[in-house]
Amino acid sequence: MPEIAGRRSALGWALNLSALALVLLWTFPTAGLLVSSFRTADQIAGSGWWRAMVPADRNLILRAAPPAAQREHEGLFVLEGNLFDEADAPRAAISAFGVSSRAIDAHRPGTTAELRNGERIEVAANGDYRHSSAQAMQGRRGQRVFVTATIAPSFTLDNYRHVLLDPHNVEGMSRAFFNTLTVTIPATIIPILVAAFAAYALAWMAFPGRALLVAAIVGLLVVPLQLALIPLLKLHNDLGIGKGYVGVWLAHTGFGLPLAIYLLRNYMVGLPREIIENARVDGASELQIFVRIVLPLSFPALASFAIFQFLWTWNDLLVALVFLIDSSGETTVMTKNLLELLGTRGGNWEILATSAFVSIALPLLVFFSLQRYLVRGLLAGSVKGG
Amino acid sequence: MNAALQGLITILLGVGGCVAYYTLSNLLVDTLLFPARGPHQARNIRRANLVRPWLFLAPALFVLAVYLAYPVIETLRLSLSERVAGDGSRFVGFANYVQMLSESKFREAMRNNLLWLVVVPAAATAFGLLAARLTDRIRWGSLAKSLIFMPMAISFVGAAVIFKLIYDFRPPGQAQIGALNALVLFLGGSEPRAWLTMPLWNNFFLMAVLVWIQTGFAMVILSAALRGIPEETIEAAIIDGAGPFQLFFRIQVPQIRGTIAVVWTTITVVVLKIFDIVFAMTNGQWGTQVLANYMYDKLFRAGDWGVGSASAVVLMLLVTPILVWNVANARREMR
Repeated sequence: MPEIAGRRSALGWALNLSALALVLLWTFPTAGLLVSSFRTADQIAGSGWWRAMVPADRNLILRAAPPAAQREHEGLFVLEGNLFDEADAPRAAISAFGVSSRAIDAHRPGTTAELRNGERIEVAANGDYRHSSAQAMQGRRGQRVFVTATIAPSFTLDNYRHVLLDPHNVEGMSRAFFNTLTVTIPATIIPILVAAFAAYALAWMAFPGRALLVAAIVGLLVVPLQLALIPLLKLHNDLGIGKGYVGVWLAHTGFGLPLAIYLLRNYMVGLPREIIENARVDGASELQIFVRIVLPLSFPALASFAIFQFLWTWNDLLVALVFLIDSSGETTVMTKNLLELLGTRGGNWEILATSAFVSIALPLLVFFSLQRYLVRGLLAGSVKGG
Repeated sequence: MNAALQGLITILLGVGGCVAYYTLSNLLVDTLLFPARGPHQARNIRRANLVRPWLFLAPALFVLAVYLAYPVIETLRLSLSERVAGDGSRFVGFANYVQMLSESKFREAMRNNLLWLVVVPAAATAFGLLAARLTDRIRWGSLAKSLIFMPMAISFVGAAVIFKLIYDFRPPGQAQIGALNALVLFLGGSEPRAWLTMPLWNNFFLMAVLVWIQTGFAMVILSAALRGIPEETIEAAIIDGAGPFQLFFRIQVPQIRGTIAVVWTTITVVVLKIFDIVFAMTNGQWGTQVLANYMYDKLFRAGDWGVGSASAVVLMLLVTPILVWNVANARREMR
């Protein structure tokens, strides 16, 4: 049945092409950021990042050597050299040049342009020029030449050097990077520990009120943390914690706990009953069962919550703004730093793009290497609710 | 690296403290309070088993009570009072709510939140369903899934930077480095536009950021649900002559209705709390205010705890139906 086979392969093509279009649409924004972070400010302003891979036409203003360098040759005063070398710019292929700002592409390379008072300048495609005059040339600066040059694609690491390694750059990301790390690690580890014990009790210990507690935790899952800001800030101030790392660690622990307990409990409930009952019969205490049996078996769930909490604390802005960053700005985190850059450096895309990429690099790395656990956690957390 | 050291000490203290607490408290119950020996052995074991769950739960319950339950109540109280000079506060009834309702910025925030609430979950779920369906049937599906899922790892602020580059505007005549303006000009548009300052439309440009982030989540969940549909159902439909579109919309989608509802409500909760994207991209200017950003303005810029708390309570009220629905589902499942 050739028609059906033909239809099926046409459908396969359509499927593959639509999937490709969707994937391209979804990766295009991030690709723009990544590519822009390797371009200079001039390149970014000169052309869209999607043209970074192809040679670009750019308009440059170059100068011939100053009259001081002129030589007399067979009755003519002559200046010779290369326009790109005079400007210390990389060589490029010239497609047109001009000597007036009103006609910057009036002449083809290899031809001669007439200047005022009988001077002439000849510019070759590679930038070599010959500027000649019947009288001695006057003035301090060399003749201005407008060129349209085709510049080969090039990329630079300077932006990263500036953003990460420059010790004089007060807006740099290196300190914010370490601050973010300092927030993230305790804020990921502590809730796991606290939640694991609670989840075990909710999954495998019988006591009155258990169902009610589970329901309450499901309810707390969706409580907006916005409600907690002022009361907790007041509490932290009353306790003398104030704004700082301790406050932000505690806050992240509190806000992450419902999801941690929920995920871990759902996973632990699914562990085989016989293992735990057998251990109880053999006289193991609850603490032993938990530490020796349940915790190791729950590793996938622990990992998936750890990834969630890591991503969430790393990417958080609001909690850090309220509980961590004081007026000294010493404890700024990367999201806050990015926000400041958006305000002060709104047009400097080389700095913005590089800083943004620095801030998303580690989460992306974690995401791609541990995606398996992330997906598993999502499925445990959501599908069951249906 | 003073802070790093502090962090390390905190981890050790936190972990060590937790371990010490759980070990010692269990030891206390087992050996001192209710030892499993002597004349009251049976009674002691029973009592120890009665107490032990609460030992395991106590730290978590304490943190949940202080960091989530207490703030809800305290916010309610704050929303009904106003700060007075010094450190006290005074009960003012619903005055904060009345004032809030009279502010045009609040009404704008409500309108925008409702727009977000309709558009983002619908669009993210629809795109997620499309992506799930497309990537389940191709050979490089898992790679495609990874790439569509990737924005989930990116912070809202990072995404704001990414999309600001897309919406970038340069005056006519200059090279447009924003992809959207470049596309508009390429397709024959007459002039570039400053997308983020176009009233009403700019809301949709902000929503696009969240749709971009949330689609991957929807895709992952829905793809798992689609694969969970029994093969026989699909085979039967194909034998009965259902085409691919019929199969999808009449057989597969109805079967995963429950999962679609879960995805929809999960994204809805995210949308209700949306803050960072608006804060970073427009800060609520040009008619893009949303509730969470309005609240932040009130609490931390204007220092008005009363109205700020009142708007937080509105946020809580909006989440409550989902909360009730989730709890009801969870209880049904436990039975």
